[in-house]
Amino acid sequence: MSDISVQDSGYEANMGDYFALLKPRVMSLVVFTALVGLLVAPVPVHPFIGFVSILCIAVGAGASGALNMWWDADIDQLMKRTATRPIPSGRVEPGEALGIGLALSGFAVVLLWLATNWLAAFLLAFTIFFYAVVYSMFLKRATPQNIVIGGAAGAFPPMIGWAVATGSVSIESILMFGLIFMWTPPHFWALALFVKSDYGDAGVPMLTETHGRDATRRHVLIYTLLLVPVALGLGVTSIGGPVYMAVAVVMNLWFLKGAIDIYRRDDAACEADKHKVEINVFKVSLYYLFAHFCALLLEAALGQYGLGGW
Amino acid sequence: MSIKVEHEVHGRRKNRNYGVLLLLLGFIGIVFGLTVVKVLQLGDARKFETFDHVARPQIVIEEPAE
Repeated sequence: MSDISVQDSGYEANMGDYFALLKPRVMSLVVFTALVGLLVAPVPVHPFIGFVSILCIAVGAGASGALNMWWDADIDQLMKRTATRPIPSGRVEPGEALGIGLALSGFAVVLLWLATNWLAAFLLAFTIFFYAVVYSMFLKRATPQNIVIGGAAGAFPPMIGWAVATGSVSIESILMFGLIFMWTPPHFWALALFVKSDYGDAGVPMLTETHGRDATRRHVLIYTLLLVPVALGLGVTSIGGPVYMAVAVVMNLWFLKGAIDIYRRDDAACEADKHKVEINVFKVSLYYLFAHFCALLLEAALGQYGLGGW
Repeated sequence: MSIKVEHEVHGRRKNRNYGVLLLLLGFIGIVFGLTVVKVLQLGDARKFETFDHVARPQIVIEEPAE
């Protein structure tokens, strides 16, 4: 009979290390957008079922984060930003991350199915699959467009929230998906323009490195132009209204102005003011998404008093 | 016979074990809460027993005649 062997690496992982596998900061954005998707839907959801649904979506997103960390452990240890993650820093074994990721994925999807409906559970399962397999395993190391297609994974949560309430997919939820999907590339590339990244050292293709910074500036402008009709289009659906439209017009003009400013600059100008414009546009992009979803929430709240919508 | 700590690993893993305990308790709470909400949403408690069982004659809900 052999005893259970205990690997003694001098460190015992605690709950905080396992929690870090779930990418808590990404999770907070997922919780917010999923909650908006659920609350703006025309069908009321029992508060406890709503709470469990959001928890399932958050845990599912966290599980895909754990699977991503398991797969990317080799490149994470090469990059400064990610070297302190639980696996590259040696606090958690890769196998543990895989186990936690798979187990939590299963729990989240099955529980969401039992609590709500098959469509919401299917969308959550697809989101996890898309992020962990399509993005992490195939796109991330293969193409500089990784962020464009991979951004879909981050765009699904409001659609899942909507499906929890209504059991269906509709133009409103597709446009909420489209808003985040089209927003991700300019948001991320604005960041890539001012952060000195070491993606190249890890062999991950990034637009700034594969096609140069001028091409990246052009891409920021093009994707921002494509984003505007999606954001405004959401305003004329049943969940939009005058308040949303006013917010959308202001935020889109602001974001578009920033994208044009970026497009007109060159490397010399960036070095001269230490990327002031790019940093500013990145901040605006954060306000942009937050403001749109808050406006949707406000429309839904006003709707309770017969004031929301058109 | 009282239970004693047999190995220092019990001490080292205390944080983790309590974490798992809390997660399991939370899971029980969620499943119980969901059950209560779903049953209450049925409106008529008799529907619960007839949901996936053959109903006893006493609890068969009679449909109003057309």
